[in-house]
Amino acid sequence: MMNVMRLFGGRSASAPVARERLQILLSHERGRTGTPDLLEMLRSEILGVVSKHIDVDPDKVVVKMDRGKFVSMLEVDIEVPNGVQRSKMVAAT
Amino acid sequence: MAKVLVVTSGKGGVGKTTSTAALGAALAQMGQNVVVIDFDVGLRNLDLVMGAERRVVFDLINVVQGVAKLPQALIRDKRLENLWLLPASQTRDKDALTEEGVKRVIADLKTKFDWILCDSPAGIERGATLAMRYADEAIIVTNPEVSSVRDSDRIIGMLDSKTVRAERGERVEKHLLVTRYDAGRAARGEMLSIDDILEILATPLLGIVPESQDVLRASNVGCPVTLNAASSAPARAYTDAVRRLMGEAVEMTVPVERKGLMDRLLRRRAA
Repeated sequence: MMNVMRLFGGRSASAPVARERLQILLSHERGRTGTPDLLEMLRSEILGVVSKHIDVDPDKVVVKMDRGKFVSMLEVDIEVPNGVQRSKMVAAT
Repeated sequence: MAKVLVVTSGKGGVGKTTSTAALGAALAQMGQNVVVIDFDVGLRNLDLVMGAERRVVFDLINVVQGVAKLPQALIRDKRLENLWLLPASQTRDKDALTEEGVKRVIADLKTKFDWILCDSPAGIERGATLAMRYADEAIIVTNPEVSSVRDSDRIIGMLDSKTVRAERGERVEKHLLVTRYDAGRAARGEMLSIDDILEILATPLLGIVPESQDVLRASNVGCPVTLNAASSAPARAYTDAVRRLMGEAVEMTVPVERKGLMDRLLRRRAA
């Protein structure tokens, strides 16, 4: 097919190559620059919302992102002590 | 309500300055009060592209540092009375710009103009971050070429994180302006197509400026292409882009050169 295209069109199309290289490169670069900040932001905001209602240990809030080829999985793991106590903030209001 | 618009790209040489001049002039032609600011301190060129290089007395740095008042530094365009230029300094370096100073100048300009167009320097350093810092909207100028698209992606990330709006949790409205586009080459698969670029950058398209000799001719004579060759393909592309900026629904096309016999004869003589 390439050879036929070369015969008739002179050169083969290079734009699809450019497009594919860019897509691979940018998904990589976006992941590298975006993720750490995003995860820390998510972690602190989730912690803020949850601890309004439940007393949780900040170290026991884990936010992870697993990057897959087609979808990524955001995993939020919060350990809540038994005999859940309502936070003092809520109790006071 | 004044709008602050940054024209940016990351990569150099893609047409930021040419586009700033063309868009600024097109907005002014539509009756808007426009000021274009050159943020490329040390390598100013917007004055040259607009044909005002011999009229620069004071510049942005002078105003930021309080050496000159804003009205002393503003240069009125000779062709359009509601188009103004605030030039960059040629002798100082970009460290002379302070965030506080830029904020003050922009706040001042907002009381006098409808549109404030900030022509960003290339790169992702201080000059570029200050040019985008107070923007309400951004035009990302991109060529259909891998390095330009990659750098645009980087700049889009910065617009979403390093601007005052982003820090407040608001959005900087982003528009993609593809310049130096050759529809024929894209159709033959020799150049990234508009669809390719839009899919990769996921940013709304503001306009497609075709590759054209009129652009170089306009900067040669120091006149924005929208004024110098108003019916040329690139000028029509910029004018359409401006109408979209102002909220008009304009069908997206790639303007083509009109080549009548008279046109060809005149063009040859003018060239």
